[in-house]
Amino acid sequence: MENKPIVTCAGDQGLFTSLYTSLAQQLPREPMEWRRTYGRAPKMIHLEANFVQFKEELLPKEGNKALLTFPFLHIYWTDCCDTEAYKSTVKEDMMRWQNSLRTHGSADWVIIVVETNDTKKKNKTNILPRSSIVDKIRSDFCNKQNDRCVVLSDPLKDSSRSQESWNSLLLKLRTLLLMSFTKNLGRFEDDMRTLREKRTQPGWSFCEYFMVQEELAFVFEMLQQFEDALVQYDELDALFTQYVLNFGAGDTANWLGSFCAPVRSWSGLLLRRPIDMEKRDGIQRGEASLLDLRSYLFSRQCTLLIFLQRPWEVTQRALELLHNCVQELRLLEVSVLEGALDCWVFLSCLEVLHRIEGCCDQAQLAANCSHTVGLWAYATDKLKSLGELCGLVSEKGPTSEDLNRTVDLLAGLGDERPETGESCWLVLRTPALSINDFKKELSHAAMEMYRAIGRLRSARLVGKSLAEFYMRKGDRERAETFLQEALKSYVSEGWSLPVTHTRKQIAECQKLLGRTEDYLQTSALLAGDVNLTTEERKHFCQEILTFAGKSGDHSNKVTLSMGVFAQLTRLQFHPATASVHSGAILQVELTLRCLMPVSVHIQQVAASIHFDVDHGGTHGRSKGAQRQTNPGTVEFIQGNSSAGPPSSSAAGPSLELDEIQDRSPSDNSLNSTGVVCKNTHLIMRRHDSNSPPDTPNCVSPPTVAMKEGAQMLKVQDVKLEPGNNSIIFTAPSGQPGTYTLRQLCATVGQVQFVLPHIYPSVQYEVYSQEPQLTVEPLSEPLLAGLPQMVKFTLLTGHYAVKKGDALQLSNTDTMPILPSTSCTARTSNPAAGCVLSIQSSDKVTSISLPPTPPYHTLEFQLEVLCIIPSGEVTLLFDNEIIFKQKTDLMVKSLCVCPQMSIDCPWSIYSTLLALTFYIPFKTKHSLLSAGNRKYIQVCVQNVSDVNFTLAEVKLTEKQHASLELQSLNTKEQQLLCSKHSVFCLWEVRWKDDLPSCLQCVFSANFSPLNQDVSAFKPFHYQFQLERVTTLYSVRAEILPPAGEQHCRSGFLCGLEVCITRLTEPAEGEMAEESKTDTDGLKTTKLMYEVADSSSNWAVCGKSSGMVSMPMTANATHKVQIEVMPLFAGHLPFPKIKVLKYLPHTAAVAIQPDPDSCVENDSLSLLDKTLDDQGDTASIRSRGSVHSVGSGDQQQKGVAMPRLEPFSPGQVFNHSHARQVLVLPATDDHIMEVNAT
Amino acid sequence: MAVCIAVIAKENYPLYIRSVPTQNELKFHYTVHTSLDVVEEKISAVGKSLGDQRELYLGLLYPTEDYKMFRKLHNSFTDVMCNPFHNPGDTIQSKAFDGIVSGMMVQTG
Repeated sequence: MENKPIVTCAGDQGLFTSLYTSLAQQLPREPMEWRRTYGRAPKMIHLEANFVQFKEELLPKEGNKALLTFPFLHIYWTDCCDTEAYKSTVKEDMMRWQNSLRTHGSADWVIIVVETNDTKKKNKTNILPRSSIVDKIRSDFCNKQNDRCVVLSDPLKDSSRSQESWNSLLLKLRTLLLMSFTKNLGRFEDDMRTLREKRTQPGWSFCEYFMVQEELAFVFEMLQQFEDALVQYDELDALFTQYVLNFGAGDTANWLGSFCAPVRSWSGLLLRRPIDMEKRDGIQRGEASLLDLRSYLFSRQCTLLIFLQRPWEVTQRALELLHNCVQELRLLEVSVLEGALDCWVFLSCLEVLHRIEGCCDQAQLAANCSHTVGLWAYATDKLKSLGELCGLVSEKGPTSEDLNRTVDLLAGLGDERPETGESCWLVLRTPALSINDFKKELSHAAMEMYRAIGRLRSARLVGKSLAEFYMRKGDRERAETFLQEALKSYVSEGWSLPVTHTRKQIAECQKLLGRTEDYLQTSALLAGDVNLTTEERKHFCQEILTFAGKSGDHSNKVTLSMGVFAQLTRLQFHPATASVHSGAILQVELTLRCLMPVSVHIQQVAASIHFDVDHGGTHGRSKGAQRQTNPGTVEFIQGNSSAGPPSSSAAGPSLELDEIQDRSPSDNSLNSTGVVCKNTHLIMRRHDSNSPPDTPNCVSPPTVAMKEGAQMLKVQDVKLEPGNNSIIFTAPSGQPGTYTLRQLCATVGQVQFVLPHIYPSVQYEVYSQEPQLTVEPLSEPLLAGLPQMVKFTLLTGHYAVKKGDALQLSNTDTMPILPSTSCTARTSNPAAGCVLSIQSSDKVTSISLPPTPPYHTLEFQLEVLCIIPSGEVTLLFDNEIIFKQKTDLMVKSLCVCPQMSIDCPWSIYSTLLALTFYIPFKTKHSLLSAGNRKYIQVCVQNVSDVNFTLAEVKLTEKQHASLELQSLNTKEQQLLCSKHSVFCLWEVRWKDDLPSCLQCVFSANFSPLNQDVSAFKPFHYQFQLERVTTLYSVRAEILPPAGEQHCRSGFLCGLEVCITRLTEPAEGEMAEESKTDTDGLKTTKLMYEVADSSSNWAVCGKSSGMVSMPMTANATHKVQIEVMPLFAGHLPFPKIKVLKYLPHTAAVAIQPDPDSCVENDSLSLLDKTLDDQGDTASIRSRGSVHSVGSGDQQQKGVAMPRLEPFSPGQVFNHSHARQVLVLPATDDHIMEVNAT
Repeated sequence: MAVCIAVIAKENYPLYIRSVPTQNELKFHYTVHTSLDVVEEKISAVGKSLGDQRELYLGLLYPTEDYKMFRKLHNSFTDVMCNPFHNPGDTIQSKAFDGIVSGMMVQTG
């Protein structure tokens, strides 16, 4: 830095000269703290000074504000030690010096008195005390400012004293200098601010102000305060920018007019010199253009920034500056020659880069290329437009107009300055070849740098412009590489407009390169691109069609991806099950969304099919391969081929999950189960960020090959309109198996569009089915005993029913088929005949079927009758009839399941079919006794839903002719409603003896209600009654306590039970259960039991006991038991039960039968009420079905003494249902009321 | 002067892009796309420094002599995202958003 603050020296010049060197050296050695005004932070600065001889001209005149030439300190040197000399000459000189300072208002001065021992010695005689001269000077000049006079002792000696005095002198000088700076700069700044405040006044000039503030900046620079200096320039920059912006907003300042002058020079920035005086002068004169001002300002900023070691800020600011200047010129409406700005910007970029390179080493540059790359790119850009402007890049070379323009531009560059203008001169003057090389180099450099700093998008954009350049130069292959790279990036990020544009460029490129296939692919993409105008799309579409229309040999065929041409959106099966029997018609409807702008005629659309022979024999049930909500419809989700937002694909395909079960092969038990994802290959691919999201997006077409499948779905000559088109195929369905649609191919002349893989996979099934015959009731339930309609359904399957084919039904006795005249068949084929003829013989009913084609249904009805089994024991073991007790608790209904055996013409085996008929009635019987008289009651319960009429009710006994059954039924016909019962009663009359066993047959005729007599069907019910004769009568009396007329509650009463034998023992009875007493009398043991189930009575003492009854008629046994009524009122008698007691001695070792043991469990029977008796009897009667006389066996089978109940008719209880009056206890004045 | 307003998804595809001189649309698309470089750079820088992550304004994104580009428009965008019928990731088709964008363009440009 040449500039240093000026310090003037007056007085003894010789003395100063001798001290100058050490002074100039030592002054900057120590830093000083500079305290600043306006709250600015204090700074440590090293002070330097430019010592000059004092001249009066140096002092600033009034109004001169120059700071650079301003003397900040004035020094007077003297080494006078002689009082006389001082008085005579030095004082005068000093006075003159002081006066001239004072007249210029300068208060920054100091007087230095140099003392040496030599001078002292010389003038020993006249010597005054050392202090006196200094004191004199101080008193003369330093009025109250004693510090303005400094003594320097022995400056040239190397002693500690001299050093000390030097130090104090230097400190003093520095302090004074700083004081002067603070004062003078402060004053300057104040003036400057005042000037700035005046900027709204009309005469104010920015250029003037610029000079003033720059002066300050210079001073700061001089003081090495580059930061402060930079601030000055930044302030100026901001002020100017603000004015330009205000101008844009309509607020015009007069002085701006000079900057609005047309730009004549565009020689670029000039950064090598610290101060471009030429431009500075221009500014000072107010003649600078906007570019000049900006250039100068920036060059100063640049210099300071480089001093501050901030070169990267330079580049950043440079870019902003260049952009800004372009905008400002536009804003100020400055007329600029076309291309001039490009020149300026280009040169400036290079200049900045050059400057930066000059102050950094290569490694630094490489590390910071993120800062420079913008400039490189900008320069490239500008060079490109310059080249275009001057016709340098066109293949024909520049035209005369271009040349004129070039000359104009060159003129604006001003003088040829080898160090700056070089490149631009070169550019504009050299022929096209070299400029292109230059540009290429620049572009590559910029691209490399962008790539290095990770700005790939910027790199691609540069690459794209490079590609355009290559295109123009005819190097299309290289251009395509760059374009493809850019396209990839746009596609992957879903920028449709750039994609379209780049693709268009690629198409042009590929066309010129003669890459037919690629070009057609790109054309197809463009033809379907909605960003293009219809005309453009039509053009590209036409390109394809033109190629397709060329008649070439077949090797010339071009295969393109279907996705660019049309999208498969939907596939529908008719019928929707996608499953047909072999030979049936299955249609596949494809919905293709054609992306072309015009309708396209397709020669052939074909879908290849993969065929799997289906061994599983699923018989036409769809395996659920298509799990759509709409059966038979597959929707294809599109990966959009044109670059829309990749949102749908970003979400990824939905998971397709399937359950898997691993079963052990030996026993089919489940080993493990799990869920498996079927489309992992698609989902996992998403995580691979490198792979392109969609193959159709890639410009290089995927290698699509149409695999020639064995079978194809084909449609010829289809016209595809833009938008959705529906194409219907008829699918082959010859062989049973699974058919999978694999590929789709549309052929347009020489061009094939192939969809290489239809996903999700679409398949249909063709099955073959065996004929099936089912028989089902026309109405549920089938009732036995009545003619019922039965529906026969024949699914013919693959079998064709020929004329003469007949079903052979083997007749059974229990279910005859009723011949019917009006029997017709219904088929699903309306054309087929429907005459059915039925021929019956003894064994077989033959039904000849009408001819029916395969896979049709044949239906006909037959009337059958199931004969109700009469309940006879022998029938129950018939093979064909199985009695079942329905578990339904409500309706305990019986049913019969007769089986039909049918011989079918298509099979050598007979088909066995079973029908279930329900017996409409449930019949129960019971034996009722009144003393010796016997009655038989039959209850017929209608368990069906039909109402019946019951007629000719009859009961007969088969074995005993003498027996008379007198009907007590009055009505001839009885209505038997659904779920209701009819009771019939007969009295049994006999002449000699009542047989102990009765075989009865109940018969009746029934018909559904409101039908005529002919409809009556017989109904039989057989049953057997055993041990009918009454053996004992039981008579009970309740005797009130003695002296009382009635029983009282709480008082003991007597219960007298009288058991009387009524008959002589029958033979069987004698044998089986009696024993001879020791006295020879035949007795049998009975057990009685008084049980009061309703808790009315308390039995006191033994409630049960054994009675030994003689086996003679009228033998009587009386038992007295004490009972106590617990309540007052009419109490029913306690129940008295009489049971057979079988002593254990009667046991014979026979295999016990556990079933009968349970059945005849006496204890369970004890609890049975008399009401249940009838029911018990019916159970017994049915139970006896299993084994006749089982009761005998079980008696012997058990070794324990046992109780056995009598048969219902064997004991007659006289006191059954009798009541006795019980009075309340006398003192019972408390009434208990139980409310429940 | 807003001449082009774009909302970009985090996967770098445009959710919304609109520019005023429609004849220059393509150029804006290129520019916006390229400026994503800077956006990415700045966002990753924010993540590293763990500084004030609430600073949503990213500053100058793309140096161009023609226009200055900024990233703005958060409130309206938030409104769009709050729409229960809007599927995040879809392109924005809201009329209200469109209106606000037009307002910004008219008002400043």
